[in-house]
Amino acid sequence: MAIKLTVNGAPRTYDGDPAQPLLWYLRDELGLTGTKFGCGIAACGACTLHVNGTAVQSCVVPMSAAANGKVTTIEGLSEKGNHPVQQAWAAANVPQCGYCQPGQMMAAAALIKKKGKPTEADVDEAMSLVICRCGTYTRIREAIKAAAGMTPAASTTGGR
Amino acid sequence: MATTEKTLQRRDFLGKLAQTGLVIAIGASSVRRLEAADRLERGLLNAPDGAWAPGVFLRIADDGTVTIICHRSEMGQGIRTGMAMVIADELGCDFKAIVLEQALGNDKYGSQNTDGSTSMRNGAYDTMRQAGAVARTLLEDAAAAEWGVAASTVSTRNGIVSHTASGRSLPFGKLVARARTLPVPAKPRLKDESQFTMIGKTVPGIDLTDMLTGKAIYGQDATMPGMKIAVILHPPVYGSKVASFDASAALKIKGVEQVIEVPGAPPPSGFMPLGGLAVIASSTWAAIKGREALKVTWSASPNDKYDSAVYRTELEGAVRAEGKTVRSLGDAPGALASAGKKIEAEYYAPHIAHAPMEPPAAVASVTGDTCEVWTCTQNPQAARDTVAGFLKLKPENVAVHVTLLGGAFGRKSKPDYVAEAAFLSQKIGKPVKVVWTREDDLGVGYPHTVSMQRIEAAMDASGKITAWRHRIASPPIPSVFAPGQDYHSEGELALGVLDMPYEIPNVRVEAGKAPAHVRIGWFRSVSNVPQAFAVSSFMDELAHAAGKDPLEFLMQSLGSDRIIDMTKTGSLKPVDNYGAKWEDHPNDTARHKRVLQAVAREAGWGRKLPKGEGMGIAVHRSFLTYVASVVHVKVGPKGKITIPRVDIAMDCGYAVHPERVRSQCEGAVIMSISNAMTSELSFKAGKAVQTNLNAYKVVRMAQAPREIKVHLVNSGGPMGGVGEPGVPPVAPALANAIFAATGKRLRTLPIGDQLAKA
Repeated sequence: MAIKLTVNGAPRTYDGDPAQPLLWYLRDELGLTGTKFGCGIAACGACTLHVNGTAVQSCVVPMSAAANGKVTTIEGLSEKGNHPVQQAWAAANVPQCGYCQPGQMMAAAALIKKKGKPTEADVDEAMSLVICRCGTYTRIREAIKAAAGMTPAASTTGGR
Repeated sequence: MATTEKTLQRRDFLGKLAQTGLVIAIGASSVRRLEAADRLERGLLNAPDGAWAPGVFLRIADDGTVTIICHRSEMGQGIRTGMAMVIADELGCDFKAIVLEQALGNDKYGSQNTDGSTSMRNGAYDTMRQAGAVARTLLEDAAAAEWGVAASTVSTRNGIVSHTASGRSLPFGKLVARARTLPVPAKPRLKDESQFTMIGKTVPGIDLTDMLTGKAIYGQDATMPGMKIAVILHPPVYGSKVASFDASAALKIKGVEQVIEVPGAPPPSGFMPLGGLAVIASSTWAAIKGREALKVTWSASPNDKYDSAVYRTELEGAVRAEGKTVRSLGDAPGALASAGKKIEAEYYAPHIAHAPMEPPAAVASVTGDTCEVWTCTQNPQAARDTVAGFLKLKPENVAVHVTLLGGAFGRKSKPDYVAEAAFLSQKIGKPVKVVWTREDDLGVGYPHTVSMQRIEAAMDASGKITAWRHRIASPPIPSVFAPGQDYHSEGELALGVLDMPYEIPNVRVEAGKAPAHVRIGWFRSVSNVPQAFAVSSFMDELAHAAGKDPLEFLMQSLGSDRIIDMTKTGSLKPVDNYGAKWEDHPNDTARHKRVLQAVAREAGWGRKLPKGEGMGIAVHRSFLTYVASVVHVKVGPKGKITIPRVDIAMDCGYAVHPERVRSQCEGAVIMSISNAMTSELSFKAGKAVQTNLNAYKVVRMAQAPREIKVHLVNSGGPMGGVGEPGVPPVAPALANAIFAATGKRLRTLPIGDQLAKA
């Protein structure tokens, strides 16, 4: 009955409650706390990550549904923290409190992968699943364009 | 256990050191650099590393490493970066090499209450400069003595002290041994502001890389070895308690270990827990499932009938009758009675919730009579005192470490969740993490006040306001702390009502009775939210009634450029000025006008817009800062509102990190649009109706303005707040824009789909 999956490239076996959401498996059992808890009902998107390359809200994905899946979290988005989305986020100095930003970046990375150069409507649709209470939306929009190569990387600052 | 023993030994050691007069930053530690398993231990042990500590805010080690201690909480406002910038710039060290530690709650830092937009204003800027200058003065003196030159001829840069004339230089580390023998100067040599290389410029955020790679640690992420998870079923109605319960189904769930009743403080509950049933489990999921399986009967509460729709009519009744006079200038009732042109309107703003993306959380470990806590708190000293009070421990035995805060907005000033964790740890003898779910956060938090306001005004033929009566019925924050607090307090009325800047000869402010039925909490910019909405909406109504352009009307109504004498505005008690003296931070009409003119110019105020579009404008002073906003709206044929652009002009005086001031303004715009357009926390039968983010609405990407343009106006005034003052003027500017676009005046928040229904 054990569930097999890979998390950020590493094979994992899980034999606990198959109804436990992927979010809590990652946070409580693997210590991967980059994926955040915000609502538990897929209403806020803080827990967004990739299963088989698609953005999903991990707070409502039971472990049974992640079986044989390839899970990528913010910790595994890039080896050196230099995914184009992460670079664009740094250049636009997007984060304020930073709590929702893993979910924002995972949603944005999946969007760009799927659409290449997303339209404004694409951005509205995909990114409206992830709430930012600090209100970084205009910077996120700008960063997505830069990450998708639609505009030169902006402006403000870079990571330390 | 070993950890605790070491902890206690260490604390004794530090206590003795402190008695000898050597000041060391006790236990401050950089959470982000520590592995979960040893965070607690190292957090307490790594501080006294032999480094030189010429004050509580920084240390310099023999290898030259500069450690800066940030005593305010990071919740998105960038204070960890801002404070480090000030100290580092004044010290002259390499910013990129700084080790930043987060302070524990400790009175030696002064206030750590990260609240009221005070972290940089209120002298913190001067304190940080002083801290950097003390260390630099001593290092320069040490180098000067070493080289036999005058101290005035040496200087610091990038962690090196140099004597330019002779070409000699030494890194900080080589001077520590000598510097630490010198007496700490009472008056260190402060740099001239023109010498700053970082302040005023854009600096990479200290926590940026961690935030982008998932390494940043928030309260929900904190762990302690061997900890259990607790999820608490709180009483859904304020004042209710557990009458009886059946935990048998919960205890059958795999991973659930215990169910423990948490005692609650009866109203007014202050910062103390509400009580309820805690499910202790080996995992968060088991604790959540366990809570769902609990069966409980709650005791009756005087708040069982609280119903927002009914309460609104009560508040309407209160503002339609004479209230308790708080301010009386001239004879407003008389002037209104005899007025030719009289206008009146009522405005309603519902409860709103902070809804930080990170729900509250705390991990605590109680051993004997000591307690260690890691939590997302805006106020570690209050958290410490609340834990000490709830558990009957000595405050000095409670160590509160502060993680990053995943948003806060006032919610995390109230440490009830920290006391819950400490209580449960004491009860089970193991570390416990209390995880608040979103249902807790929205259902049993500290909602922002609900407000009904009625304003009546008279104007003469020239459009000059001759009389103004403002009645407010809104449950006050003091009701959380003391019984019988049924009127909006003077302190809350000072937020946009008692300090209202318009030149009007007859003004009356009255507070109507508004008993609280929930824990009323302060929310980003506090009562400025509803009060700026009412005042700035009403000013727009008056402008249109007078047949004037709203900008022109605001400029005219502000009157001559002047400092308003706040002792002569008719307030019955002295008017609070965000804790500052009026002579230091006057209410200056010229600064109001300057931000108005700036925002109008930048937004293209007055230009012709297509049908269905409109611009609205508002200005508001709060937290000693002046802000004006122009909102541009587009209203579709079915009443759908979109916001192509918001302009916001802020005069906060001197800005340490203008880039972060801009991002704070952008965030304030979004939050204010949430307040105006979407957010409402309502109650029925005493319970919150919207208990998750599917029902409690906040602005998402698609509803956000396409563009936010921030204009910083520095008119040379003293430093004001930044985090909050951007919020108040945006909501009324939005409502005013909708009026400009449609001719419909919306006086009830949230605006929601009122236009579509109209």
